[in-house]
Amino acid sequence: METKFREAIVKAVHNPNLTGALGRFSEAYRTSRQRAYEGYDFEALRTQIAERKSYAASHLDELADLFAKNAEARGTKVFRTNDPAEVREYILNLAREHGVKSVVKSKSMASEEIHLNKHLESAGIEVGETDLGEWIIQLAGQTPSHMVMPAIHMTKEEVARVFSEQVEPGQKPEIPKLVKFARGKLRTKFLEAEMGITGANIAVAETGTLVIVTNEGNARLVTTLPKIHVAIVGLEKLMEKFDDVVPVLTALPKSATAQLMTSYVSMISGPVPNTDGSLKQLHVILMDNRRTEMSQDPKFKQAMQCIRCASCLNVCPVFRLVGGHVFGKIYTGGIGTILTAWFDALKASDDIQSLCIQCGNCTEVCPGKIDIPGLILELRRRIAVEKGQPLAQKAIFSVVNNRRLFHSMLRAAYVMQKPLQKGNFIRHLPFFLSDMTEFRSLPAIAEAPLRDTIRKIQQPACQEKIAFYAGCLIDFAYPNMGESLVKIMNKAGIEVVFPEGQTCCGAPARYSGAYEVAAHNANDNIDALLANDVSYVVSACPTCTVALKHEFISTFESLGQAESLPRARQLAKKVIDFSTLVKKLVDAGRLKFKEGQQLGKITYHDSCHLKRTLHASQEPRQLLAQAGYEISEMYEADMCCGMGGSYSLKLPEISAPILERKLVNIKKSGAPIAVMDCPGCVMQIRGGLDKQKSAIKVEHTVERLAEEFE
Amino acid sequence: MDAVFETFKLRAEAVNAEVHHFSGKNDALSFILEYLRGAGVCNEPLAYAVWASCRFLEEFDQKQISASVPGLIFQVNREVSALAKVGISQLDWAIANTGTLIQDAAPVDCRLVSTLPLIHIALVESDHLVPDLPSALTRIRPEQTNYISFITGPSRTADIERVLTIGVHGPEKLVIVFYDVLSDGGRVN
Repeated sequence: METKFREAIVKAVHNPNLTGALGRFSEAYRTSRQRAYEGYDFEALRTQIAERKSYAASHLDELADLFAKNAEARGTKVFRTNDPAEVREYILNLAREHGVKSVVKSKSMASEEIHLNKHLESAGIEVGETDLGEWIIQLAGQTPSHMVMPAIHMTKEEVARVFSEQVEPGQKPEIPKLVKFARGKLRTKFLEAEMGITGANIAVAETGTLVIVTNEGNARLVTTLPKIHVAIVGLEKLMEKFDDVVPVLTALPKSATAQLMTSYVSMISGPVPNTDGSLKQLHVILMDNRRTEMSQDPKFKQAMQCIRCASCLNVCPVFRLVGGHVFGKIYTGGIGTILTAWFDALKASDDIQSLCIQCGNCTEVCPGKIDIPGLILELRRRIAVEKGQPLAQKAIFSVVNNRRLFHSMLRAAYVMQKPLQKGNFIRHLPFFLSDMTEFRSLPAIAEAPLRDTIRKIQQPACQEKIAFYAGCLIDFAYPNMGESLVKIMNKAGIEVVFPEGQTCCGAPARYSGAYEVAAHNANDNIDALLANDVSYVVSACPTCTVALKHEFISTFESLGQAESLPRARQLAKKVIDFSTLVKKLVDAGRLKFKEGQQLGKITYHDSCHLKRTLHASQEPRQLLAQAGYEISEMYEADMCCGMGGSYSLKLPEISAPILERKLVNIKKSGAPIAVMDCPGCVMQIRGGLDKQKSAIKVEHTVERLAEEFE
Repeated sequence: MDAVFETFKLRAEAVNAEVHHFSGKNDALSFILEYLRGAGVCNEPLAYAVWASCRFLEEFDQKQISASVPGLIFQVNREVSALAKVGISQLDWAIANTGTLIQDAAPVDCRLVSTLPLIHIALVESDHLVPDLPSALTRIRPEQTNYISFITGPSRTADIERVLTIGVHGPEKLVIVFYDVLSDGGRVN
């Protein structure tokens, strides 16, 4: 990661205006979005959008031709090109040909993508952005920090200063006055401009129609007052049928701004009369700029399903801390990272992609059903292939790939940590490692790993056997969690076997783009875990569970290692997370809670992988309630704690403030105990509360439940 | 009025529009003229009212109407619209569940009067109210016209500090006037 990039992160995180505005917005967005979708079946709606957009992506060439044919039949001029330079030239030539001195624009990300303003301005043409946010950042000489709210990072004081310096002195920081001022100044520009430039939200092939959505009404003026209208349309905006407009127009306002409908929608299918009675010149530029290539990529084709609502930004725990100037280039946030890699260059997304913590929040709200974190991982993998892994990382993974060496090093670490250890924690690390313990204590490596202690447990002879996959944290830092699991399983009449050959699940390698290492780990684990005849393979770490259940398969798929797939699938079928298994056993009457217990308040933190990939959020809550706890829900219970595996080590600057929010919410819940299903979250949250000397107990659900069964 | 109208009213008011209903054209006209007077419309720049040609006007004597409110102009053009305080036009359909109005906006007049003035009065025939977007899009299609406009509430922005501010580039007020068309006009009351 470039030093400059890290500095930008630190600066953003410490900018209270930015984090305040984005933080308040993301909190408000969650509820207002939900309200906007009341009475709608979001899953059905987004399935429809994904299906229709995916169809369009598979028929891009055909739809572009059809659009051109239908639009041209009605008098529209259509120009299609893959080359951004040709787009700029086309517009400049058109402007010159008609003596255009002044252009007004309504918001168009496609024009930002090709730096159109700069090009026209350097040719002496005045370009006025008319979307208020875009105008502000144009005056300030900045780029948009958010795809829907370009100037969300600026305060009214900053806006007043920009207006005063760039337009007319003496503007006061009062929002209604600033808006009125903008209205007046831009009105003149609208009336004077000879050319209007817009983007489009949808381009309907069967009718040659552009659908343009705005709240301010600027697109209506841009398409009404100047005699020439140029629309720059990315090919991903194409849809086959006019009826495809319905699902997109239903979802876009709700997802983008939590409105039932945007104030204005214009559907333009051909030239209309100008105010002087002449016919408007309507030019549509169908811009490819690698979109065709993207639609032909088996992994990235789904990115064409994006409707540019920016909801992935609004729910992202990282975006709300750093904003779009750090998290993105022209296009921002999760989807922006992907679009940057394609429309700019893979290299350009290198630093940005590392910001994704893989919490999966965005996958729950994306109206295009895009697996944004999955695609970012794929970018990471391709970047790693292209430029190779960093040397230090390579060294680490070569150790992880050698199970015996890895495990003996972890054992050795127990001895080496002694001088730093206080109880079960390491509170301070020396030198460059100190970042890791600045905001949370780290767990000490256990004296004996679970793989040793588990053999000493006297288990009753049982007919049913399950295999326990511990994962590194439980094995070497929290063996107690594994011991608790054995205790509970034994009560259900199940014996727990611990396959010795198990090793790291490969998640750290995979999340760093080192898929070869992850595949090596996967093969070792599959061999170990399929060696025994067991009814389940259980894990108490959701990240490991996801690796075993889903990611071994997708890693092999990414690498084209088809020969490993059947066994990976065989394993996946047996894999289950701790809470889901226990819930099954309780429901089947094989485990009984002690009766009549009143255990007081508890709060539950949803771990990202458990809730969003394994879809288990009710199971642990129901178990805790059945045990006799009163669940006192914390605010944003399912928001990431900032751990993200090695993320918290790579980006402590971001991990720490995310954790800070989580700790505040835990404290506000008023519960003396916080439980969760992930040893990684325990490490982060327990470590954070230890640093703050809080009395709140942090435990894994398995530890909390161990003594609650008959 | 029925439940669909109530839904429309609720949704449109939620996005800061005003909604009225009159059982006949005459009542609707009286309301509009009264409104124009109340808004201070007069024969001076920045105080004009511009009324785009529409079905509603067909049975009325425009000369007589404009005589009753000085500054009310039926010959709409760009210059006069830019100097108008109020714009009046007829919208073709209304969608109840989003509080949206839809218009065949190919004639430039109907866009000028609904974009440039501060206040937009939108006339809608009562029986042109449909429940939702899909039903609206069966009635107005891009095959029929080159410009379809959707209007939902007045112009708005939240671009500065996310504070909702009404009236950026378009009208800051949207007054929706439903009127019933008598059955002898070919439509059901």
